[in-house]
Parts: sequence; C-alpha cells; structure tokens
Amino acid sequence: MKERRLSDPGAGSGPLVSLTNDERPGRPRPGLTNAVLGVAGLAAFLALCEAVPRLGIVSAEFFPPASRIARALVTELGDGAFWTALGDTLTGWALGLAIAVTAGILTGVVVSVVPYLREATASTIEFLRPIPSVALIPLAVLLFGTELRSVLLLVVYASFWQVVVQTLYGVQDVDPVAEETARSYGLGTWARIRHVLWPTALPYVMTGVRLAAAVALILAVTAELVIGAPGLGSRIAVAQTSGAVPAMYALVVVTGVLGLLINVGARTVERRALAWHQSVRGEVAV
Amino acid sequence: MQPLLAVSGLQKVYEGSGRRVEAVRDLTFTIEPGELVCLVGPSGCGKTTLLKCVAGLLTPTGGEVLLEGRRVSGPPPGMAVVFQEYGRSLFPWMRVRENVELPLKQKSPLSRARRRELVAEALESVGLADAAGAYPWQLSGGMQQRVAIARALAYEPGVLLMDEPFAAVDAQTRADLEDLVRRLWRERGMTILFVTHDIDEAVYLGERVLVLSASPTVVQEQLKIDLPAERDQLHTRVAPRFAELRTHVYEQIQAAKRGS
Repeated sequence: MKERRLSDPGAGSGPLVSLTNDERPGRPRPGLTNAVLGVAGLAAFLALCEAVPRLGIVSAEFFPPASRIARALVTELGDGAFWTALGDTLTGWALGLAIAVTAGILTGVVVSVVPYLREATASTIEFLRPIPSVALIPLAVLLFGTELRSVLLLVVYASFWQVVVQTLYGVQDVDPVAEETARSYGLGTWARIRHVLWPTALPYVMTGVRLAAAVALILAVTAELVIGAPGLGSRIAVAQTSGAVPAMYALVVVTGVLGLLINVGARTVERRALAWHQSVRGEVAV
Repeated sequence: MQPLLAVSGLQKVYEGSGRRVEAVRDLTFTIEPGELVCLVGPSGCGKTTLLKCVAGLLTPTGGEVLLEGRRVSGPPPGMAVVFQEYGRSLFPWMRVRENVELPLKQKSPLSRARRRELVAEALESVGLADAAGAYPWQLSGGMQQRVAIARALAYEPGVLLMDEPFAAVDAQTRADLEDLVRRLWRERGMTILFVTHDIDEAVYLGERVLVLSASPTVVQEQLKIDLPAERDQLHTRVAPRFAELRTHVYEQIQAAKRGS
C-alpha cells in the first residue's frame, strides 16, 4: 500500500490530507500518515538535491541539480542503447539469481537430509561464504573475459550462499511433532520432504531469495562496471569517462529504482506464497 | 483369539551424556480388538515413551510390541496417533481438508473419489463438515483437536493411539471431546489406546484402565470398568460406582508414587 502511494505522485497531498481530517482526533490512521510523511520526505530530499548545487555549496559540475538529472534520465529513456543495457543487466541478474536459487535450495536440502553431511560441510561453508564475490573478479576475467558468464559467476557466487544458509536454517526448524505425525502416518522420506520439510523451510527460503535478489543486482552492476561486460554498469562507466555527469547520475537512479522494484516484487511473492504463515496472516480472531 | 496389540516386557532406557534413565522398565499388557483401554499413571511415568514405542516412533531397548502378531519396528500401517499438541501436529500450510486427506494419499491406493468420501465422512462425524476449507489456525483449540481426530478416523486405523489428547483444551471442550471419543468408539467399533494423566477421564472413557507405576514404569494394576456402555457427563460422573472406581484408581496411583 505504502509503495503504491509513494510511486504515484498523482495521489498528491490534497485528498490524503482531507481524508485524515475526516478522522476523529486521537485516532490517526497510521497508513495514511506514513504515506504523507513518505511523500513529504522524498519531496524534501529532491528539493535538497536541487538546492545544494544551485546555492554553490557543492560544484554543480560533479553534483548536478536534481532537475538536470531528471532531464538526463528522460534523454536516456529515449535512447535504444539504454534499453539494451537495461536488458543485459536484467538478463545477468535473472539468470544468475535463478541458478543460485535452484542450486542453493537443492544444496541446502541435500546437506540437511543426508546424515552427517551438514557437520562435514559446515566449516567449508563458513570458510567460503564470507569471501566477497568481487574478490573473484580477476578469476572471472581470466576465465570468461567480458562475457555474460563473468557476470554470472559473480552473481551466482554472491547469491548462492544467501539461499543455502537460509535453507539450512529453515530445514532445522521442522517441528518434531509435525515430523512424528508424518512418520506415524507412514509418509516416506520424499513425502516428508515435500509436505513437512519444504513448507517449514519456505519462509526462510523466501527470505534467502529476497536477500539474494538484492545482492544479485549489486553484483551484476558491479561486474559490468569493473569488468566492462555490457549493461547498465558499463554504461555508467562510459558516462563517467566521457564527462556526461548528469547521465551518470540518471543511470545510478535507474539502478536504485531497479533495486526498489526487485524488493517490492520479492515481498509480494513472499506474501502470496506464505499467506498461511504467522508473519503474514497476523492475528486471527478465534 | 489373538490380541490385536500385545506389549511384552517393554523396556526403554535413554542414554546420553553419561546419564542413564530407565523410563520404562517392564511393561506387559494386551489389547483385544474393539477395546477402549485407558493408560493412566503419575506424571513423568513414561506414558508418552510407552506410546511412542507402541507407535513405532521409538525403538524399545528391550521387549517387543506386536500388532496383529507382527513385530512393530517402525510406524506400522493401520495405526494412527492423535498427539497432545494439536497445533503442531496439524500442518498450518494446509487447509483442514488437505490435512485430513494427506495420510490417505500415502496409504494403499485409494481412488480420488474414495479419499474425498472418507475425508467428508470423518469431518462430518466430528461435526466439522463446514470447516473443511478453513486453515487449522483459524479454528479454536477444541476444533483443531477434532480435525486431528478426523484425520485419524479417515485413515481407518486398526488401532488408534491417543496421547493425552485433551490435556491442552479447556474443561468444557474437554468434556465434549470425551463424549466424542466414546461415541466414535461405539459407532465405529474401533480399538483405542488412550493415554491420560487424568484419573476421572480414564475411568469415564475406558472399558479397562491400566494403572502404571512411577518411573521406572511397570503396570501397577489392570482394572475393568464396569460402568454401563451408555455414559454421559451428568449422570455417569455422579454414579456411586464411578466414585468407587475413581477412588480406587486414585489410591493405586498414590501407592505407585510412594513406590509400593
């Protein structure tokens, strides 16, 4: 609800304020108040970005006012090359995320289900997980140059661990009573994985996927920026080296919006898939 | 006639971190087809351990459990368990109907139509035909436990094991659920092993009561409950014979606690 209002400037402060005035005093509606505050905060931030360079506090050359960034953004949106770059970035993001999620879930489930495997792999996972994906950039360049596969390597490495670790936690959360119920009704290993283990782990897996989706975007843009694989990242680098500062900022804004949309999308999927879960269903009057 | 369920010399010892706990020492009893037997004992006497061994969820240290003459080494088909923790035993991600149907999908091949029929019948007999489409967490505690009972009924078990099923519901709901169990037992001719810590409940429900000793557990006494088959909360509980029986069981349990 909040996101929709924020992204809809047409629903300006007029009707919102009149609605809040209809409310009896002492009973504020938190949803509306938050939306108003959110819009006001965003407007203030944009005004600040406009004013600071115009007042000469920072150089407008390196920090152009918001209106110039907005104009540059409109120019970008009219450029076919921009859309190709956007497509490249999203391809790297989506493919990498899909590979990481599939491999992460399978690994997490297998490691938890096979006896002793978790204990045997725990130290290795704890060693590999903290390695920053960007440290693998030289390796990616050596192996794949500036191809999409370079981006994929970094994206998959970074997001894979998010999913694995959450899946491992989720599987551990299986309720012993639920497990015994399933066993007493003769559910075999596969049926227990499908009907007990997987639904129990799903909330954790969803959190892992949401984190992985955000990390995957960061790594996709980083890879393009540093390695020069085609996409928004390399377009940002080109804008910077050619002195097109407003265009550079416009592209940065686009990556930010992408991140926001990905998060909102992931949360929506989460809410749908977990309608039964305590965190989503809220309090139920019985 | 061969007993439906025979427990002989059952022993269960938990060992771990240098501590050895003998929860169940030597339990022997049998249950005939169609009986409703209540197991009652002082708290901590290993009732749940015993039930889990019978259900094949725990491997006994010694002795054996025979179901229809076959040794129980894992959860046997044809046995259903109703747990005390209904909230954790029902799956919150499934609707009531799906919860009841799931075990049937794993059982011998049943047609879809037959499964639906069994689910509908089971929900009908616990009075929850209307709740089929709800999620368990949308129901009250008593209703949730009735869903768990319906799930066991639909499974058509040879033996129904109930592990203190009404310990977590309020007193009025509890009385209703006790009557439900009596009614289902009489209507369906099921064999039920009902574990409880509540003496009144054991005497009210059972045709036979097994009194267990304190841990390490043995059978302290077997008592035939010679109350009429037709029982109700109002009259049965004030009948002189009921009072005699419950006093007797109470004394046995006190004796068990003292270890005599």
